[in-house]
Amino acid sequence: MAHGPAKGIGRWLFATNHKDIGTMYLWFSFAMFLLGGAFAMIIRAELFAPGMQLIKPEFFNQMTTMHGLIMVFGAIMPSFVGLANWMVPLQIGAPDMALPRMNNLSFWILPFGFALLASTLFMEGGAPNFGWTFYAPLSTTYAPDTVNFFIFGVHIIGASSIMGSINIIATILNLRAPGMTMMKLPLFVWTWLITAFLLVAVMPVLAGAVTMMLMDINFGTSFFDAAGGGDPVLFQHIFWFFGHPEVYIIILPAFGVISEIIPTFSRKPLFGYSSMVYATSAIAFLSFIVWAHHMFTTGMPIAGELYFMYATMLIAVPTGVKVFNWITTMFRGSLTFETPMLFAIAVVILFTFGGFTGLMLAVAPADIQYHDSYFVVGHFHYVMVAGAVFSMSGAVYYWLPKWTGKMYDETMGKMQFWIAFVGFNIAFIPQHFLGLAGMPRRYADYALQFSDWNMVSSIGAFMYGAAQLMFLYNVISTIVSGKPSTEEKTWEGAQGLEWTLPSPAPFHTFSTPPNVK
Amino acid sequence: MSTESNYYVPEESRLPVLGALALGLMALGAGLLLNDGASGILWVGTALLVAVMYIWFRTVIRENIAGMNSDQLKRSYVWGMSWFIFSEVMFFAVFFGTLFYVRTLALPWLGGEGDRSDMIHLVWPEFTAQWPLMETPSQAAGSNEFIGPDHHMSFPGWDKMFHWLPLWNTIILLTSSVTCHFAHHAMKHDDRKKFNIWLGVTVALGIIFLFLQYEEYHEAYTEMGLTLESGIYGSTFFMLTGFHGFHVTMGTFMLLIQWIRGLKGHFSSDDQFGFEASSWYWHFVDVVWAGLFLFVYVLA
Ligand code: HEM
Ligand SMILES: [Cu+2]
Repeated sequence: MAHGPAKGIGRWLFATNHKDIGTMYLWFSFAMFLLGGAFAMIIRAELFAPGMQLIKPEFFNQMTTMHGLIMVFGAIMPSFVGLANWMVPLQIGAPDMALPRMNNLSFWILPFGFALLASTLFMEGGAPNFGWTFYAPLSTTYAPDTVNFFIFGVHIIGASSIMGSINIIATILNLRAPGMTMMKLPLFVWTWLITAFLLVAVMPVLAGAVTMMLMDINFGTSFFDAAGGGDPVLFQHIFWFFGHPEVYIIILPAFGVISEIIPTFSRKPLFGYSSMVYATSAIAFLSFIVWAHHMFTTGMPIAGELYFMYATMLIAVPTGVKVFNWITTMFRGSLTFETPMLFAIAVVILFTFGGFTGLMLAVAPADIQYHDSYFVVGHFHYVMVAGAVFSMSGAVYYWLPKWTGKMYDETMGKMQFWIAFVGFNIAFIPQHFLGLAGMPRRYADYALQFSDWNMVSSIGAFMYGAAQLMFLYNVISTIVSGKPSTEEKTWEGAQGLEWTLPSPAPFHTFSTPPNVK
Repeated sequence: MSTESNYYVPEESRLPVLGALALGLMALGAGLLLNDGASGILWVGTALLVAVMYIWFRTVIRENIAGMNSDQLKRSYVWGMSWFIFSEVMFFAVFFGTLFYVRTLALPWLGGEGDRSDMIHLVWPEFTAQWPLMETPSQAAGSNEFIGPDHHMSFPGWDKMFHWLPLWNTIILLTSSVTCHFAHHAMKHDDRKKFNIWLGVTVALGIIFLFLQYEEYHEAYTEMGLTLESGIYGSTFFMLTGFHGFHVTMGTFMLLIQWIRGLKGHFSSDDQFGFEASSWYWHFVDVVWAGLFLFVYVLA
């Protein structure tokens, strides 16, 4: 294993190297991000003005569904798995992932799974149109025939996630360099350990949910049909028992990234390291017992409403601990504002905003008004885009020199940040107003009084979309013609094992584990 | 934490990408089978998967025999198997959760209990909640969309107890866990002969269980009017016992492979992970059955 990468396409098809597999994950997720982004542009173009302009309502429904599914399962989740593949072994001093061949299997399932999902767009009956939450009976009794492809696609994508997570857990628990105790792990590694645990716990739940759908649709069972003694609301319980931990699966690795970037550019160690670890664990635990806050309008008994309301609010406590620690890390640091830091600070501010709207939604009596309105769309884009996607962008700028040995263009990076930041806020702040004014989500048309803010939102969305093309340009031009940046420690204030390696990181690293003091 | 200085990182391999292709073909093929009745692609995918898994496990076993697996790598396999079983636990948790939800919340509500009884009552006025659910809401409303079963599988009373298959199945499966443990114990003392015997008995018990399970299903479909389509009782009954039966099949097969490996002399007291992993899986399947016996058969 002393030698370098294989030649030609085989290097990628038959890879066992964590860096190569990480690279494939990152590029694949970015491709999915652009595809899901294209669907979003279609949605916002249609909603630019009231009335039906460009597409048919049936197709609009397919677009919202595919946008959500592809962004969550195809873009955000694999992007962080790619990051874990690259960084976890480097940060803990491991020679590779614990189970390198399974690692490649986890990756290569994804292109097949998403090709299957995307191909439904061209099939008779069209793509899934029941929303990314695929509530029964919309997704069973009233679903297009292609739902079966969707179900089997989810099965294999879920298998990929489970194998990927098991690999990450085994790597972190078993491959740490001597002296790298649990409480010395970089926070990105900690957050991924907990995320992987969440994934192993809830992906099987998702598999169970789609399996019951499959049975109801094709084999005459009545899990989600009251006529046979089942209950459509049961579907929502199962889905959200998966779904709420899922949103933390999306955000926890992002928290990890932020916890790496902020200390570097504050030139101070992270404030409250151990409280970060405990807060992350607390969030993970709580995420299992709050799911029905998505279901306040389903007619739960009042005791249920109250319980889920208070339990949800509890999550704000550990989340608050994290935000406090990030701010305190910056406090009196000698700050500089390179592109990764700009993204990190934006995450702290915008994610906090999204957390607050989450708290508003957690208030059961208020949520009866907000539920299924554009306010919810605003809320979750603040946490998923400004939380997860922004920190992913920051992570790429932060570690790109380590990956490629080249430096991105700082001016271009900052410009991309500002266009993304401004575009994002123009796109999503108005959605809160629209929702509070009563505009429902998932409709292809709207009443005239919603026209102005929708137009503003669409303009912001196009701007944010353009920023992503610029991001692609920045990454490619860095790889092709970036200034060489070969020092080990790219950033003056950076700490951690990955910064003891040459840049670009050699094909095999830490074949003999380093000693951590 | 690692102590060894060389962790075995395998050369590039064709197996993973072929495995992914197989899974992709199976997903596509299963969809095509349901939508168009065409089964070709599903078979190709399944055959490819079987081939890949066969070669993959053979490779891993050969690597182990060649001494490439350090203790540290073996620990990775231990973690891998443990978390895989945990994911299976969560998979069964969904179906148990469904059963509990239906029995304690959904059906009583349909039967008119709870805050919204006035409204529910308008929809299904004649419906009474009971478990096992013999008459579905649609039947109560005079439609035959879902027809409840004629008979159920629950405890038939003490006098008929010994004609009750689930009891025998429980005895068989619990015994097999014990014999499996004996096999483990034997190998720990490098007693290969005893190992082969006890493991052979375990596999045989697994096969008997599957046979009885088949009998039960046959009876359900032909004599008891109990099918997947007989309302939520049939749905949960077959989903839980069916997935369990599938896992017993897998577990029996895994143990059978280990038995053959035992005959070939692959194991010793300090090198028997293939067997140990399969035995954990077997104990897990056994625990699930205990839950099934209690909640699906006895407390009904
Ligand atoms: C303080 C933390 C948070 C609280 C209190 C919170 C609360 C809520 C509530 C109550 C809803 C349901 C609103 C409704 O449908 O009426 C909701 C929706 C949602 N939240 Fe959050 N949330 C928080 C953080 C997050 C995070 C971190 C993410 C993801 C990264 C997230 C993603 C979502 C998504 C995707 C939905 C909408 C799902 C859908 O119906 O399509 N939330 N949130
Ligand atoms: Cu939630």
